[in-house]
Amino acid sequence: MAAADISLSDQITLRFARKRLFAFALPALVLAYLVYTAVAFDLAGLAQRARMDNAAILLSDFWSHKTHITRDNRTGEVTAAVEGEAKGAYPAGTFPDWVRVAGDVTTIDLGTGHVVTYDSTGARMVVPGYGTIDIRPDGNRLLLTAPEPLPDWINASDTRVGVTTPAGRFNYTRSKVETFRYQAGWELFFFTLDSPFSGKSVTELAALALWGDRIDPARSNIGYMLSEVWTNKMWRHADVAWALFETVLMAFLGTMGAAIIALPLGFVAARNFNPLGPARFAMRRIFDFIRGVDGLIWTIILSRAFGPGPMTGALAILITDSGSFGKMFSEALENIDEKQVEGIRSTGANGLLRARFGVIPQVTPVLLSQVLYFLESNTRSATVIGAIVGGGIGLLLTQAIQTQKDWEEVAYYMTLIVLMVMAMDSLSGWLRRKLIKGE
Amino acid sequence: MVDIAFGPERGKRPDTASTSDQYLAMVRRKRMYGGILLALFIATMASGWVLADSRNAGGFWNGILNVFDFPSEVLTEAWEKRALIPGLFIDHVPSLIETLNIAAVATLLGGLAAMGLSLLATRGLARWPALIPLFRRSMDALRAIPEIVIALVLIYILGGGPVPAVIAIALHTAGALGKLFSEVAENADLKPVEGLQSVGATWSQRMWLGVMPQVAPNWLSYGLLRFEINVRASAILGFVGEGGIGHDLKLAMQWGQGRYDEVVAIFLLLFVAIVVIDRTFDSIRHRLVKGN
Repeated sequence: MAAADISLSDQITLRFARKRLFAFALPALVLAYLVYTAVAFDLAGLAQRARMDNAAILLSDFWSHKTHITRDNRTGEVTAAVEGEAKGAYPAGTFPDWVRVAGDVTTIDLGTGHVVTYDSTGARMVVPGYGTIDIRPDGNRLLLTAPEPLPDWINASDTRVGVTTPAGRFNYTRSKVETFRYQAGWELFFFTLDSPFSGKSVTELAALALWGDRIDPARSNIGYMLSEVWTNKMWRHADVAWALFETVLMAFLGTMGAAIIALPLGFVAARNFNPLGPARFAMRRIFDFIRGVDGLIWTIILSRAFGPGPMTGALAILITDSGSFGKMFSEALENIDEKQVEGIRSTGANGLLRARFGVIPQVTPVLLSQVLYFLESNTRSATVIGAIVGGGIGLLLTQAIQTQKDWEEVAYYMTLIVLMVMAMDSLSGWLRRKLIKGE
Repeated sequence: MVDIAFGPERGKRPDTASTSDQYLAMVRRKRMYGGILLALFIATMASGWVLADSRNAGGFWNGILNVFDFPSEVLTEAWEKRALIPGLFIDHVPSLIETLNIAAVATLLGGLAAMGLSLLATRGLARWPALIPLFRRSMDALRAIPEIVIALVLIYILGGGPVPAVIAIALHTAGALGKLFSEVAENADLKPVEGLQSVGATWSQRMWLGVMPQVAPNWLSYGLLRFEINVRASAILGFVGEGGIGHDLKLAMQWGQGRYDEVVAIFLLLFVAIVVIDRTFDSIRHRLVKGN
């Protein structure tokens, strides 16, 4: 007895020791792996490569816009434009209310006491708590007069002077002088400056829409307003809406097409419906092949054949998913309850009728929930695939990111993508409840 | 039987004669609804394909004839240079490893975050029950943002390399796994947790010792499944952004003719890696969930 007890307690101690070792070794292994990858990914170098100024630009663009006040130093012409884009330019001779133009002298009030003045001799910027920065061209050089020593937010050379303050930025080169003022909000989101509704307050707009005189006699103000918003050149709402629709369309066509193709193939690959072993085996290997080749490669091959566009994306989703669906459907078909099929068989039904009345009602909830789940996740994939095949919101997003300046548009598209995915999420959840649980 | 024989007064007894009529009427109505739904579905699909076709640069019927042009062009060239392919395999193994590393690190980090998030978002286990909706919504938001969005923005800030991809995939993974993890944790037996609480265990001890042993097999299985998905995602991100075998593939594709042997080598490498990972992890997951 005693010997047995000792060996039992020994065993237990040994098991504990092993478990303890395991409990410490596993995190240690994970940690070691993470350290290895940190070295492999060159985390140390990343800190140097990281461009925090880019991050600042991006974050400020996400919630604010800048207005450029530019003077061409050769012609003396002063222009104002939102984001410096032609689409956002103020009509010639008009300026935002914080800019005053009187003859040669342009006064720009950046707020909090920062004032920039352009005049015929050069330009001046007054920074409260520091003093006046005065720049005048002298032959081929720029002559800078400012309180010494120059702080690090003034960047000066013979050909260019840049000043960065929280209120705005100021740049002087020989050819032109620019001032950027940052303001919160996405400017021109509804109406561009060339629209008659631009710059009006919400109450003015409501008054115009409800009882104001028609601006364009041919149509009602509210219709005019909607069309102005819809065709906004800066934000391109119509194009964006279409791109979102295209992305959902890709996901829908791809997923549903794949389900339609995979259903009969699933029967071929299911053990209880297809007695032919080799055919089953071949079908399964085809599914494995399609899934293994991966959506990326299918997308590339298809976009070579069909050219860029939403159909290519839909086909890519269709092919990739028919592999996954085929595998899942055949598994679901193998797990059905045979009794129902036998009952149908006892009435003398043939194979097709047995499948229709004995099998389909059983597997529909399973298949439907899988299809809806894929529809939802494919809405996300369609964004990525759209970026590769050139269709939908994915294309707009990658284009906006590649220009590296329209970050407010990137923020807008990101918000829309998240909303779209969430909407598809709840739609598929709602359909699942409606169709499967019958609520 | 009793009910029918001794039921209420005559006339209010169930009318057995018309049952079959009613049944058939119900079946007809159901079939009609089904038919209408089916017709709607077919109409949507058909018009959708026509619309997608009209928006595509190349039409469907033009394209379908050319589907095999590109693969055959690639394969003929690769076949002529088949002697080079084993060498190219070796050249691209490092970037394959990078792709796998991106997926693995992202799965690990995302999985760790998902563990915390899911426990905080599970009814009965949460540390702060009032904050459950907050954690749930944040997981939803993490799941909703496609990886590519985060990756492209981060590439702008952090420069190229694998780190943006890791962060992007990890964030998505945290949301996706968090939801699955929390579904598993909801079904965990609370008795061990209560036992631990009775001896004064802190929240983290209760979770670590009371919940983890119960949910570990299922969580691990979901984590492995996620790794499979993340390998694919990491390859795609490489193609769109930077880093890993996807980027090699893009470079080789952009070069076009003359480097198709490289394209084939990368295709094969990626294919083999994905199939091998799918196979091994499938069997591991089977063993984890089924218990043998």
